[in-house]
Amino acid sequence: MGSHGIKDKVAIVGMGCTRFGERWNQSADDLLVDAVAECLASAPGISREEVDAYWLGTMNSGQSGMVLSKPLSLDYKPVTRVENFCATGSESFRNACYAVACGAYDIAMATGVEKLKDSGYSGLVRSNVPGDGTAPEMSLTAPAAFSLLDPAYCNKYGVDPQRMRDAMTHVAWKNHRNGALNERAQFRKEIAKEKIAASPLVAGRLGVFDCSGVSDGAAAALIVRAEDAHKYTDRPIYVKALSMVAGPGSGPIDPDYDYTSFEEVVRSAADAYAQAGITDPRAELSLAEVHDCFTPTELVLMEDMGLSERGNAVEDELAGVFDLDGEIAINPDGGLKSFGHPVGASGLRMLFENWLQFRGEAGERQLPNPKLGMTHNLGGRPGTCVSFISIVGAEEG
Amino acid sequence: MSSERLGIVSYATYVPVGRLSGAELSAALGSGPSRGSRSLASYDEDTTTMGVEAARHLLDERAPGALYFATTAPAYADKTNATAIHAALDLGHSGLAGDIVGSARGATLALGAAEASAGIAVFSDLRSGRPGSGDERGGGDAAVAIRFGGGADAIATIIGRASTSAEFLDRWRTPGAFASDLWEERFGQEVYLPLIAAAVGAALADAAVEAADHVVISCPHARVAAAATAAHGGDRAVVGRPIGYSGCADAALKLSAALDIAKPSETILIVNAVDGADAFVFRVGGEPGAGRRGPALPSGDDPVRQVGYATYLTWRGLIERELPRRPEPDRPAGPPSARSEAWKFGFVGSACDNCGRVHVPPKRVCTNCGETDRMQRRRLAESRGRVATFTVDRLAYSPSPPMIDAVVDFDGGGRYTLEVTDAAPEAIAIGVEVAMTFRRLYTSGGVHNYFWKAKPVAAADATAAAKEG
Repeated sequence: MGSHGIKDKVAIVGMGCTRFGERWNQSADDLLVDAVAECLASAPGISREEVDAYWLGTMNSGQSGMVLSKPLSLDYKPVTRVENFCATGSESFRNACYAVACGAYDIAMATGVEKLKDSGYSGLVRSNVPGDGTAPEMSLTAPAAFSLLDPAYCNKYGVDPQRMRDAMTHVAWKNHRNGALNERAQFRKEIAKEKIAASPLVAGRLGVFDCSGVSDGAAAALIVRAEDAHKYTDRPIYVKALSMVAGPGSGPIDPDYDYTSFEEVVRSAADAYAQAGITDPRAELSLAEVHDCFTPTELVLMEDMGLSERGNAVEDELAGVFDLDGEIAINPDGGLKSFGHPVGASGLRMLFENWLQFRGEAGERQLPNPKLGMTHNLGGRPGTCVSFISIVGAEEG
Repeated sequence: MSSERLGIVSYATYVPVGRLSGAELSAALGSGPSRGSRSLASYDEDTTTMGVEAARHLLDERAPGALYFATTAPAYADKTNATAIHAALDLGHSGLAGDIVGSARGATLALGAAEASAGIAVFSDLRSGRPGSGDERGGGDAAVAIRFGGGADAIATIIGRASTSAEFLDRWRTPGAFASDLWEERFGQEVYLPLIAAAVGAALADAAVEAADHVVISCPHARVAAAATAAHGGDRAVVGRPIGYSGCADAALKLSAALDIAKPSETILIVNAVDGADAFVFRVGGEPGAGRRGPALPSGDDPVRQVGYATYLTWRGLIERELPRRPEPDRPAGPPSARSEAWKFGFVGSACDNCGRVHVPPKRVCTNCGETDRMQRRRLAESRGRVATFTVDRLAYSPSPPMIDAVVDFDGGGRYTLEVTDAAPEAIAIGVEVAMTFRRLYTSGGVHNYFWKAKPVAAADATAAAKEG
């Protein structure tokens, strides 16, 4: 047994990503058509007929592969619909990569879409399996579940609650600042720290500016064997690692779990670093798109991924280590916080920023000479979640 | 069949912490000055949950002979409510659990039936009235449970009884209406007083005592209760605690107050006057309060929670407030709820035989050692726990936002995320000690979602616990 990964076996040769936001005039169908069209346009050598198989990620915007095949009027192609909570878009990408790596198909497309703003509700709404009414997930909202991290973290590390609040504010401030440079982001405004810290409370100490954008959007990626990549583009990006972990969900029922870490992230990061041959992630990675669903999440993720020492994320964050011009840029595209979080598309959106950065197409956000990048997608809640990590790079080897 | 006389072996009362004061009512309604306060069930309480809170103190290793539930305000019609109480007490599937619903006279039936079966009688009521009415001001929400058993354990036995009945319009309510109508007050007085006098005379004769040492009279007609108490009790009357008339629970609540003070060999006359009168004479066998389980009746010093009038109206469903922009929670489904009956109603988890890890809800495969199907049942309803972390959810759907949730680590193992009730957000911190309480999380699709919540233990205890933690 062993997790061997598929380092440098597949490459991404085209991508598309819609503007995220409250797209009242666009259906999920429209968003998919737009994302796929942009993706195909970015790889002129590939016609739609040449794509052998598709993957579609959506949590709640439809069921089955026909969510994609119908709006695109596909010619009887295989389309696999996947779902893995908020990591759904990444799951679409992961499976498409494996299909190409194993030789089953020459060209695969991974897509993801979510239409969240048609429900009329705030935040995520999901359809539940009939139950006995005792599961806290049925009532406790996502911001409330992630707000549990804040008092637990302060308590464990003796962090002054105001210092913690400042770090949470810095996360929101940084990601809004990055998003302001991104024409596809849902929120394109810098927000003053005073305003973030004083925003109306949603759950615990989380205010509205501590929560990711609820949005509509779609994204797509074209995947081919690495050796074919240069047939379609002179600037492909290569997949170095793909790791996915589904936790046993024991945190909420295990008194040993202390609500200051995601073991799922620790495990998937270790697996991904091993696949990619990374030993010092903070030094080796140029950027990381991480799952900043709520501001305390991003702080805890830094420690789980080995980008901060345990108990140090607050100080690293406040020191600007993760700013666009910091030691390692975290969420240079604005992240879930300001780019928005259409669940099925988010994992591919994270990949899209890597695509732009490695191709030198990130505009005002462009990082100097990036080497390796990461995407991290979390689905679920503290103590009970799935975690996905990919590592990509501009060069083979 | 044994000829041994059965008697009361234990009793417990539950009075919610909520209070609606006369001053608040006067201010809200612009009516004249009004003193005192009434007890008020929270938004997450109903007669079933309050009944559980009283009856849970009366359990021992023997199963009760039966469980009778009397109320004028059942949570369900055409579905038994006593079965939810039976399940919350983790009594399994054997034995009778039944409702007596209708007027407050049902309390008499429950008492008699429990006596005959060595069972538990649960008396529980929610009292409401139209805004500004005497029922609204003078009602009280409460529950009482009384357990009967064999002679040796009995602390009080019934030695005389008599009833009278009459058909007359004093108060009435059609099913579905939230408030009762009343006839002119003096008419009820005219009809009730002779009925009570006749029942009292006959019960004392049946008991062969001239006068009882303690007299308690319960009647929904406040002036009748006062007049009859003066007539039959005089200086021997036991005045019930000032929580208002509590329907089916009223007579039993007053009886509990009498049992708290009555000495061995003394007698208690109790009258439940509802469309007639039922008089019982008890002979006390135990020391004062020997049968009481759980907390004492509230005194002036107990922590209470003053509730504003708009909040009261919201809790009772009398005004419809704007809700968070979130979907209503799903209706609990029948088969999953039945499969998890012991967990959902009894708060029964499991403990691994191999490594001892406690799981709530019960799991088949141990999260610690991975053993499959080597579990013992473990009831945690009576366990205490401490808050590991917590939040105040202002977005969640709740009948009374904001919702407070805490991750609770139980003494002896086990963890679960529970809603917190009967507490202000400021009362919750890491390390605060909590106890479990049976509540109604919400009602959806006409189904009441019963489950357990956490509530901080008495403020003083909690402060000490936080210091230790």
